[in-house]
Amino acid sequence: MSKYLPKQSELVKEFEEKPGVLKGDYAKSEWWETPLEFREGNFCFPAKPEVLEELGFPNPRKWAPTDDDWKLPDGWQKTVMDGMKERLKKYRSLKLYLDSCMRCGACADKCHYFLGTGDPKNMPVLRAELVRSVYRNDFPLVEKILKGFSGSRKLTPEVLKEWHMYFYQCTECRRCSVFCPLGIDTAEITIMVREILQLVGLNNNWTLAPVANCNRTGNHLGIEPHTFVQNIESLVDDIEDLTGVTVNPTFNRKGAEILFITPSGDVFGDPGVYTMMGYLLLFHHIGLDYTISTYASEGGNFGLFTSNDMMKKLNAKMYHEARRLGVKWILGGECGHMWRVVHQYMNTMNGPADFLEEPVSPVTGTKFTNAKATKMVHIAEFTADLIHNQKLRLDPRRNDHLRTTFHDSCNVARGMGMFEEPRYVLNKVCNSFHEMAENTIREQTFCCGSGSGINAEEYMEMRMKGGFPRADAVRRVKEKHKVDSLVTICAIDRATLPPLMRYWTPGVSVYGLHELVGNALVMEGEKKRTEDLREEPMAGFEDGDDDEE
Amino acid sequence: MKKILMPLLMVAALALVPYVGVEYAGLGYLFGVLIPYAAAFLLVAGFLYRMVDWLRRPVPFNIATTCGQEKSLDWIGQQKLECPPTRRHAALRVLSEVIFFRSLFRNNKAELRKGPDLAYGSHKWLWLGGLVFHWSLLVIVLRHSRFFFMTPGPFFQFLEDADSFFDVTVPALYMTDVLALAAVTFLVLRRILDAKMRVLSLQTDYFPLFLIAGIVLAGIGMRYVAKVDVMPVKVLMLGLMDFSFNPPGEIGALFYVHLFLVCVLAVYFPFSKLMHMGAIFLSPTRAMPNNSREKRHVNPWNAPVRFRTYAEYEDEYREKMKKAKLPVEKE
Repeated sequence: MSKYLPKQSELVKEFEEKPGVLKGDYAKSEWWETPLEFREGNFCFPAKPEVLEELGFPNPRKWAPTDDDWKLPDGWQKTVMDGMKERLKKYRSLKLYLDSCMRCGACADKCHYFLGTGDPKNMPVLRAELVRSVYRNDFPLVEKILKGFSGSRKLTPEVLKEWHMYFYQCTECRRCSVFCPLGIDTAEITIMVREILQLVGLNNNWTLAPVANCNRTGNHLGIEPHTFVQNIESLVDDIEDLTGVTVNPTFNRKGAEILFITPSGDVFGDPGVYTMMGYLLLFHHIGLDYTISTYASEGGNFGLFTSNDMMKKLNAKMYHEARRLGVKWILGGECGHMWRVVHQYMNTMNGPADFLEEPVSPVTGTKFTNAKATKMVHIAEFTADLIHNQKLRLDPRRNDHLRTTFHDSCNVARGMGMFEEPRYVLNKVCNSFHEMAENTIREQTFCCGSGSGINAEEYMEMRMKGGFPRADAVRRVKEKHKVDSLVTICAIDRATLPPLMRYWTPGVSVYGLHELVGNALVMEGEKKRTEDLREEPMAGFEDGDDDEE
Repeated sequence: MKKILMPLLMVAALALVPYVGVEYAGLGYLFGVLIPYAAAFLLVAGFLYRMVDWLRRPVPFNIATTCGQEKSLDWIGQQKLECPPTRRHAALRVLSEVIFFRSLFRNNKAELRKGPDLAYGSHKWLWLGGLVFHWSLLVIVLRHSRFFFMTPGPFFQFLEDADSFFDVTVPALYMTDVLALAAVTFLVLRRILDAKMRVLSLQTDYFPLFLIAGIVLAGIGMRYVAKVDVMPVKVLMLGLMDFSFNPPGEIGALFYVHLFLVCVLAVYFPFSKLMHMGAIFLSPTRAMPNNSREKRHVNPWNAPVRFRTYAEYEDEYREKMKKAKLPVEKE
C-alpha cells in the first residue's frame, strides 16, 4: 500500500469522529479564517522544470507546496488579476457564475470531495467563493464600498495557496451543476482558475507530463510509434491464444473507412488492455475497415485539465490525422473526459470537419445524425446499433462468472447525456446486472475521485476520500446483490477505480464495457472458450464440460 | 453572530430613516416622490446594464449540463427537457427552472452514518420554501397594481379575490402575506440552524432576506394594524405613474417606511446576487441545447493554436516507424 495512504481504519475513524457530513466546529470562526495545511498525501507533485520548459509554460523551477516560499514570479498579483479580467471578458459563463450565486446551499452536500473530507471549502459554493471573494474585492463597484458586508478579501499568497489546494480537489465532474437552480458549473470555474494558476507556475506534474508526452509522441504515456504497434500486436497474440482467432488491426493506413481513437490507457494499462482486446474482437467480428493512428494515438486530453488552448492543441491531431488518412469518419473508444472534449469542444475548436462524411455504420446502414457535424461516433452508440440490428453473435452466458453494476462516468453523463446506450449493450452481453442506488447513478453519478488529472500516486489519501461516495454506493450494491464487477466506459475509471475498490470494497473488479462484449462475442473459427479475456475461468464453460455445440 | 446582526441592524436603521425624516423633518416630498423616482430609475437602468454586460460577453463553447438521455439512436428514448436537443427545448428547460425550480426539486440530503455509510434522503424543503417565497412575492407585487392603475383589469381583480379568499380579518387577509412571511422565516432559519449553511452564508445573504421581511411587515402593519388610509397613497402612486411631481397628501409614516425599504431593495437589486433573476435566463449550462455534435457551435474568438503536425512527428520518428513497418509519407 502506498506510503501516501493512511490505513483504512484511520480514515474510518476520521469519518466517525465527525458530527455530520461537515467536519469541525465553525461557531467562532469564518471559513476564510480556517488555516491551510499542505502535507504529504494532500498535494500532487508540481510539474518538473523540464516539463514546463518543453511546453513553454511560465516559471519553471523546483518547489513543493510544503515550502513556505513558492517562488512566485515578480508581479504575480497583477498576472493573476489580469488573467482573471481577460477570462471574464472571454467567457460569459465565468462572469455569470461569479456574479449570480445565491449561496442557497443546494450544492453543498453534492460534492464527492466534500462528502469525503467534510472540509467546508469543498462545498462547491465555497470553492467558488474562494475566487468570488477576491473578484468582489476588485471588480463590481458597489460592493467594493462595503467590503466587510460583501465578504471580500485581497489576493494574498495564502489565498493563492488556497486556490491551488482546492481547485485540485475539484475533479470537474459537474455534479453540483445538476443541483444548482442556476446551473452554476464549478467545473467551469475550476478550468478557469487552473488556467490562471498555470500563468504563475502553479501546476501538477501528473497532468502536465502527460500533456507534454501527448504533444510529442501522440499519447499521454509517451509511447513512441514502434512501441505502440508492438503493444497492440502483443494483444493480438493474446487474443489468438485465448480464442484461436487472428485479428488484424492496421496502423496509419490511408484509405481506411474509419479512424479508431481510444485512450492510450487501453493500449498499455491493466485492465484497459482487456477493453482494447474487446474492441479488436468486435471490429474483426463485423469486418470493419478501420485503422489506428500512432500519431493521434490518444483519445484522452489532459489539456482539458490544463488550459483551453492546450486542450485545443492536443485535440487538433484527431482531425488533422483523419484528413491525412482520408477516412470517412472517426470512431471513439470508451473514455470520459475525452468525450466531454469531443462532444462539447472539438468541432468548435478545430472544426468544421467538412472533409469527413456524415457517419454511417457500414454494417447496419444506420446514420448517426446526432454526430453529423463532428463526425465522431461513440463506440457504445456504435455497438448498441449493431446489437439492436442483430449483427453480432453474442453468448451472454460467457459473462455468467460476473455479477455487474454500471458506473456512469461524469463526463459522458453530465457533459454528453449518454446513459442508455452502455446499459443496453451491457444487458445484452451479460445476464447479471444490478443498478447502484438512484442518487448515485446517471446524472447524479459520483466521480471516481481521481478525475481531472489528479490520478497521482502521491495523492492517494485525497483520492480515497474523494472516491468514498462512489465506493460506498458500490459497497451497498455488493451487499445487496453480491455484485463483484464494476463496469465503466472510461479509461481513467479503469485506472482509478481498482485502487479505490481495493481500499473500500475489496472483492470488486473493474471492467470496461467492451471487455464484456469481447467475452461474449462468438467468433467465427474460434476454439472452445473456457477463459475470459483476463484468462479467468468462465462459469459453465470449464474444460471437459460438454457444451451443446 | 456578527454576520446576522449587522444586516439586521442595517435594515432597522434604514427603516428608521424615513420615519424620522417624515415625522420630524417633514421630508415627505423627498421620501414620497424624489427617492422613489431615483430608485425606479436605478433599478431599470442597473438591471439593463447588468444584462447587457453579461450578454455582450461571448459564449465560446457549448457547455450544456446534461441531466438526461441525449438524442441518440432512433429507438433510444430521449429526455428532451433534461437534455434539450433544440433551442426550443432548451428554452422550455429554462422556463421549467424559472416557473417550477426544477433543479431544486432534485435536491437531496446526504447523511454520514456509522460504518461509515452514506445515505441520501429526499430533501424538498428548500424547493418548497423557495417556490412559496418567490411566487408569493410575485403575487404581492402584481396585487399592488391596484395602486398604480385607476382600474387594474380583471386579471388583477381575480388575483386580489383569490389571494383574499380566506376572509378572516378586516380588511380581508391576504394568503400571500402569511406565506411570504413564513417563507422568509424559513429561509433565514435554515441559514442559522444548518451547520453547512451557517458556514457558507454571508452578510449579503441575510440582508435582502431581512429587507424583504421588513417590507412585508411594514405593509402588513399598514393594512391590518395602523390601517393607513389608502386613498392618498393611490393618488400619490397614480401621480408617480404620470411622472408628476405633486407633493404627497397626508399619509401615515409607516407607509414611508414601507416605500423607502422598497426603494432600498430596488437600488440594491441590480448590484447584488438578486440579479439571479436575470442570470437564470442566460446560464449556458441550462440555456444551451445539447447538440454540439450535430451542429457546430462557433466561438467568436477561437484563438489560433499551433499544434504538432503529423509531418513534424514523422520527421522525429521516421526511422523507428520504418523499422516497425509503418507507412511513412517521406522515405
